[in-house]
Amino acid sequence: MTDINAFASQDDVLGTVGAWRAEGRKVAIATVVKTWGSSPRPVGSRLVVDGDGAMVGSVSGGCIEGAVIKQAFEVMADGKPRLLDFGVSDEQAWDVGLACGGKVEVWVERLED
Amino acid sequence: MKAALFETLQAARSAKRPAALVTALSDGAQALVFHDRVDGDLPEELVLAARTRLRDNAGGVLEHGDVRYFVDCHNPPLRIIVVGAVHISQTLVPMAAIAGYEVIVIDPRASFATTDRFPNVRLLDDWPDEAMTTLAPDSRTAVVTLTHDPKLDDPALEVALKSDAFYIACLGSRRTHARRLDRLRDAGFDDAALDRIHGPAGLAIGAVSPAEIALSILAELTAVLHAAPAASRAA
Repeated sequence: MTDINAFASQDDVLGTVGAWRAEGRKVAIATVVKTWGSSPRPVGSRLVVDGDGAMVGSVSGGCIEGAVIKQAFEVMADGKPRLLDFGVSDEQAWDVGLACGGKVEVWVERLED
Repeated sequence: MKAALFETLQAARSAKRPAALVTALSDGAQALVFHDRVDGDLPEELVLAARTRLRDNAGGVLEHGDVRYFVDCHNPPLRIIVVGAVHISQTLVPMAAIAGYEVIVIDPRASFATTDRFPNVRLLDDWPDEAMTTLAPDSRTAVVTLTHDPKLDDPALEVALKSDAFYIACLGSRRTHARRLDRLRDAGFDDAALDRIHGPAGLAIGAVSPAEIALSILAELTAVLHAAPAASRAA
């Protein structure tokens, strides 16, 4: 029989933060704080990243995760939280953004010791 | 986020205590707002605003002076109370868990409510009205009765109809449902109360198998939760 808790825990991103912290890993937390238009993940959605780039959760349909992870490494390094802004992507210019036409603001912070 | 604040937030979440995490989107200063106390420094006006947002489960950005604050609501998970540890429940329970619900199954019949049939779920073998009264359904709770047995379904429904449960549904044919409504009317419930019951349970997607019926119930419940067009039933 399937362990239903295994499914439920996939959504418990903060639970992952706790587990990673217990293992002594560095952790950055990215949170969607505002959305405009048809952004794929609602306010409060989270992506957490550890020092090796392991990630759990999401802040978009996958379009901006790469850029968020890059910033997460910066935040883990200097400890300064950042507010990131992602608009509509321009495919011609290879911009990072949301192909769906939405806009999001993502807050990235480090879990302090 | 400071480790101590994170620990407090996690403790609140596991104790199913509502908490709003408020972050200044300038320097990242944070506070945790509970109904009865605040951990951290926050202007009174923002504490009140955060509590309102927590009650409405509506996170978002607030402005105060020159600073923008993000309010992140951590309310206990939505619950589904399933009355009847029957075959459909065996698929409804894991599906609802995947969708993020806390699931509780009520069935006083020992041969139905076994951990073999329902691993990793809270099983209550009390009589449904007692179990329901203990669980005290609120506006973040759905109640689904699946036993087909009036002795079990009706007492649970009577408690559900007196609660703020956001979704109440009953399995059973239209004929069974009509008889159920007659019994509840005799028990003193008016049309406005009875109109809250979704019966037969689930969206009309032609569901046949237990898994399909579970899917249709979960779909209808989702539509009601978000007040989506599919939630309005045909008369």
